Amino acid sequence: MEKEIQEAFQKDLERITSYQEIQEVKNKYLGKKGIVTELTSNMKDLSVEEKKEVGRLANTIRTYVTEEITKVEQRIEKEELNRKLEKDTIDISLPSEKIRRGSRHPFQRIVEDVEDFFVSMGYDVVDGPEVETDENCFQRLNVPLGHPARDAQDTFYIDPEYLLRTQTSSVQARTMQQNTEKTPIRMICPGKVYRRDDDATHSHQFGQVEGLVIDKNVSLADLKGTLELFAKKMLGENTKVRFRPSFFPFTEPSVEVDVSCFKCGGKGCPLCKQSGWIEVLGAGMVHPHVLEMGGYDPKEWTGFAFGTGLDRFAMFRYEIPDIRYLYTNDIRFLEQFDRKDEENEIK
Amino acid sequence: MKLSRKFVSDYVDIPVDSKTLAEDMTGIGNEYDSCSKLIPATKLVIGEVLECIPHPDSDHLHVCKVDVKTEILQIVCGAPNVRVGLKVIVALAGAELPGGTIKKGMIRGQESNGMLCAMSELGLEHKYLTEKDFTGIHELPQDAPVGQDAISYLNLEDEVIDFELTSNRGDLLSILGMAYEIGALYDQPVKEMNVNFSENSENIQDSFSLDIQTENCSLFLAKKVKNVTIQESPDFIKNRLIASGIRPINNVVDISNYVMLETGQPLHYYDSNRLGDKLIVRMAKENEKLVTLDNQERILSESDIVIATPKEAVGLAGVMGGLTTEIEEDTKDIIIESAIFHPTFIRKTSKKVLRSEASIRFEKGLDPKRTYLAILRSCHLLEKYANAEIVSGMVEYRHLDMQEKEIPITVSKINQVLGITLEKKTILDIFRRLGFATKEKKEEILVTVPTRRIDISIPEDLIEEVGRIYGIDKIVGKEMILPVVPGTVHKNYRMIRNKLASMGLNETLSYSLISEKEVHQFTLDDFDMVKVLDPMSEDRNTLRYSLLPSLFHIYEYNKAREQKDICIFEIGKGFYQKNKEYFEENKLAILMTGEYHLGLSPKNVNFYTIKGVIEELLEYLGYHNRYTLECKNLPEEFHPGQSASIVLSGEKIGMIGKIHPSITKDDIYVAEINLDTLFRFRVKKMTYKEISKFPSIRKDMAFVVDQKVPASDICAIIQKTGGKNLVDISIFDVYEGEKVGEQEKSIAFRLTFQDQTKTLSDDEVMEIFNQIIQNVENKLHAKVRDK
Repeated sequence: MEKEIQEAFQKDLERITSYQEIQEVKNKYLGKKGIVTELTSNMKDLSVEEKKEVGRLANTIRTYVTEEITKVEQRIEKEELNRKLEKDTIDISLPSEKIRRGSRHPFQRIVEDVEDFFVSMGYDVVDGPEVETDENCFQRLNVPLGHPARDAQDTFYIDPEYLLRTQTSSVQARTMQQNTEKTPIRMICPGKVYRRDDDATHSHQFGQVEGLVIDKNVSLADLKGTLELFAKKMLGENTKVRFRPSFFPFTEPSVEVDVSCFKCGGKGCPLCKQSGWIEVLGAGMVHPHVLEMGGYDPKEWTGFAFGTGLDRFAMFRYEIPDIRYLYTNDIRFLEQFDRKDEENEIK
Repeated sequence: MKLSRKFVSDYVDIPVDSKTLAEDMTGIGNEYDSCSKLIPATKLVIGEVLECIPHPDSDHLHVCKVDVKTEILQIVCGAPNVRVGLKVIVALAGAELPGGTIKKGMIRGQESNGMLCAMSELGLEHKYLTEKDFTGIHELPQDAPVGQDAISYLNLEDEVIDFELTSNRGDLLSILGMAYEIGALYDQPVKEMNVNFSENSENIQDSFSLDIQTENCSLFLAKKVKNVTIQESPDFIKNRLIASGIRPINNVVDISNYVMLETGQPLHYYDSNRLGDKLIVRMAKENEKLVTLDNQERILSESDIVIATPKEAVGLAGVMGGLTTEIEEDTKDIIIESAIFHPTFIRKTSKKVLRSEASIRFEKGLDPKRTYLAILRSCHLLEKYANAEIVSGMVEYRHLDMQEKEIPITVSKINQVLGITLEKKTILDIFRRLGFATKEKKEEILVTVPTRRIDISIPEDLIEEVGRIYGIDKIVGKEMILPVVPGTVHKNYRMIRNKLASMGLNETLSYSLISEKEVHQFTLDDFDMVKVLDPMSEDRNTLRYSLLPSLFHIYEYNKAREQKDICIFEIGKGFYQKNKEYFEENKLAILMTGEYHLGLSPKNVNFYTIKGVIEELLEYLGYHNRYTLECKNLPEEFHPGQSASIVLSGEKIGMIGKIHPSITKDDIYVAEINLDTLFRFRVKKMTYKEISKFPSIRKDMAFVVDQKVPASDICAIIQKTGGKNLVDISIFDVYEGEKVGEQEKSIAFRLTFQDQTKTLSDDEVMEIFNQIIQNVENKLHAKVRDK
C-alpha cells in the first residue's frame, strides 16, 4: 500500500512543470478529498491497533509528500527564474544613452595647472585689469617714455594714459603698491595681454603669467630652483632648465630661461631648431628702481620676477601647431579637449 | 648686428671657431640668429682662359680651355665677355653654388667640366652687386695666381655671425665693443686702433665755426679734410661692409660707414664747399622743409633736430643728411661730423623718416670717448685710402660729463643676489677681463666702469656682469625656504567651467577686441565703449562689453563648416567707460543651438534647454530660490516672446533667450550672466536638514487658465497656500488644444505634502488641497480640471 502510493506520487511529481500543477498534486494527496483524507476517513471503524497503523501511515505519507513537494517547488522556482533571466537578456553591445561630453579650453587647462602649482607653494593668484595705465605697464617697470624697450612691444593705446596691457608684469607694480604693509609678496598673475602683432606664432591677444616674489635674501639661485620645479611640472619630470643672461628693464640681473626640448629630449629636432633647447621664459631679480617705486627699500628687500607665455605651453602640451587655432574656436578643435589630462606628478 | 670675423679679428684674437664663438656669446647674453660663411660656395679656383672658340651649335656659347693649374679643363661658357687670356673664377665639378651643384656634362654636344662664374653666382646678396656682376663673368686682375682659391684671393673668405642684441647693449653695435666682449669671454687683450695721420698747416678754427642752439646735442666735433680722391674702396673695406650688411658706394662714403662699424659712432661727411663756414644745430621749426639725400622733401616738426647753415636746414641730425651738402663725385673738401644727439629725439625722427644704421646707434646711446676716437680714425683712413690732406685742429662743442663711473660693490652682495659663493679673487678677475678697473677698500670693491658701457650704472648691473662672465647657468637651483603660508586662488570660475563642461558645453576662447558696430549689441545697458587709438583692423577696434557677439561669430564660423550642434560658453571680461573712467567686469556667456542631449535621445535645443542649464548652474552655485526670470527690458537682439532678464534678489544679473529671427533664422539660444554682480551675493552656509520620518502624500491637480498666465504665478499661489507642509511642487503636464478654450492652457501640478513631526491625515491634506484650488481659481480666474 505504502509503496503503491509512493510510486504513484513519484509519477505525479515528475509530470509537474508549473506552480498550478504542484497545487493539484498537493490536493490529490493532502487535500480535503485527497488520498490521505480518504485513508483516514474510516478510522472510527478500525481497531486500536489498526488505528495506530493507519495513523502512522498517514503521517508518513503526509511528511513525505510535503517534503518532496517543497523540493519540487524550489526546482520550479529556479526554472521560472532562469526562464525570466533568459527572457530579460539584452544585447549589451547596442549603443548606450550618450551623455554629451563638454570640454574645457586648452588655454584654461594650462592656467589652472599653473595656478595649482604655485598655490601649492604658497603663492597667491592675483587678477589685474587688462585696461592698464602706461604708468603700471611701463613706467613703474623702469620703462620711461621714449625707452627703446617699448619698441619690442607694440602697444594698443586707448588714450595717452591708458592702454591694453602688453604684459602681465603690470600686476607687479600694482601688487607692490597695494601691499601697503610692505610685507613679503609671493604671487602669480595669469591673464590676457595684447600687442599689435599677428602671424602664425603671434596673436594680437595672448596669455601670460607673471610671478613675483619679494622677501629678504631672495637670490637668482632661488629663482632657478623655483623655475626648475615649474618646468618639470609643466613639461615633464626630465625637463632641464638653462639660464642665459638677458635684458629686461625691470629686472637686474635678467635671464632668458630655456628648457630642454621635451620633444627630442635635447638631442635636437625641428621644434627646438636642432639646439635641444626652447626659450620659454624671461626672468630676473627685481630691479632696485622697481622695488623703490613699489615702496620696498632695495637695501632691505630683494625679489625675483618671471613671465611666460601661456599659449605656448598649451601649444607644447597638446601639440597645437598654430597659435591662432586657440582663438578660432572650431568646434571640432574644442571637442578634442574633453577628458582629464595625462598625469604628471613631480616627485 | 652682423659681425664679420675678419673685421673683429683686427682687434682681438679669437681662439675658437665661429660656431663656438656664437654659442659662447649666447651664453653671456648675446644671442645669435645665424652663423655662416660670407660666401658659402665651395671649390672655386682661379683659372686662365687659354683657348676660346665659338660653340659649333650656338650663336652665343663658347667652348673654352681653362688652365686651373692641376689640369686644363674644357668648359662651355655663355658670357659675352669671355676671351683668351682672361683670369676667371672657375667653379670645379662638385662645387656647391647657391644655384646648385656643378656637374660634368655635355652642353649641346660639347663636354663641359665646370663653370666660369659671374660675381652674382657666388651667393652675395644682390644689393651689394653692380650691373656688370650680372651681365658677365668676373674678370680677375692679370696677376691673379692660377690654381689658387678664388674666395680667399678676393678677400671674401669670411664668416658672419648675426647677433640679436638686447636693447641695453648699444655698445655692441661696434667692432670694438664686440672685441671687448670677446676679450672678456676668452680673456684676450683688445688691440689698439690706429689713429695716426699728419696734419697740414691750416687750422679749421680759422675758417669754420659751430653754433649749438639745442641742449639735445651734447657733443659735437668737426674736422676738415681737403683734396680727397673719390674712387672705389679697397677690397677689404668693401668686403667688410658687405659682411656687415652695408652696400659699398665709394671710398669716402665707405670710410664713414667703416668707422661707424668699428667704433659704433655714426659720422656724417659734408661737402665743405657746399656747406659753408658755419654749422648750426637746432630744433626744426614746425613745417620747416628739407630735401633729404634720398631726394624726398620732408616736412619737419619741432621734435626734429636739424643741422643747418645760417640760411637753411641741411640735414636731419642722426637720421639722414640733406641733398644739398651731400658728398658727390666731384667733392674735394669734407667737413666730418662726429656728434651725440639725444636718443629720444632721434628715435622720434627716425620712426617718421628711416631707421638707419646710424639712427639705431644714436637711439641706444653713445660713448663720448668714441666720438673723439671715430673722428680721428676717420682722418687716418681718409688720408690712407682717399689721399686726404688733414686740416689741423678740431672744432669742438661739449656739454656732457666724460667721467667714468665708480660703483661700489661687496663680495657678499654679489653672492647674495646670485645665490652662489664666489671668492673675491674670482670676482676681481672677472672685472679685469671686462676691462673694469677696481680698487679695494675694506669690504668694498670700487669698480670703475669704462664710458663705453653706458648700460652700467648701479651695483646690480655689476652683479649681472659677474654672473654672466662667471656663467649664469652655473648657478645651481635652490629649493627656496620660505615661511609656510597658504596660497590662495578663487575657485568660482573653475566651478562654473567644470559644471558647464559636465553639462556638455564646450569652452571657447575669443578675442576681446571686436568691431565697434557690435559693442552695443545684446544689451540695453547705458555705457561708453572703449576704443583703441591704433587698431590693426576695423573688425577689432573696440573692447567688447558683452561676450555674446563673439559667441555668435563662433557659431557663424562653425556653421560655415557644417557644424550645426553648437553648445558653447566662455568666461571673459566685458569693458566699458563711464565718466572717463574705465571698468571691466567678468562675464559668462552661453550659446546653444542644434541638438543637445544628456543621457536621453538627442533633441533640439529650445528655451527650456538653456533655461535648464542656467538653473542648474545657479542651483549648483547655491542660489536656490533666489532668482527669477522677468520678461521686461529686452534688447532688440532677443526674441520678445522667448527671452527674459535673470534677476537675483531684485538685481538684474543677466539675460537669457532666443536670438531674434531678424538676426538669424536658426534657433539659437543665448544667455549671459555678469559674474561680478552674481558673486556679490553671498551664498548661505550649507547645513544638514533633518529628514522626516513620516510618510508623504502626493496629490495631483490641473488648472485651466488664460494662456498669458505664467505657470510661475500659479506656483507662487500654491506654495503660499500650501504652507510648510507642502514640500514639493512639480509641473508634469502642459496642454493646449481642443479640450480647453482657444486662449487657454491646462497645467497639471503634482504636490507633495509631508510633516516633520507626524503622519498627515487625508483630511488635513484635503483641507489644504481644497484651499489651494479655491485660491488659484479666485486669484487667476482659473478653473480646476476634472480629475
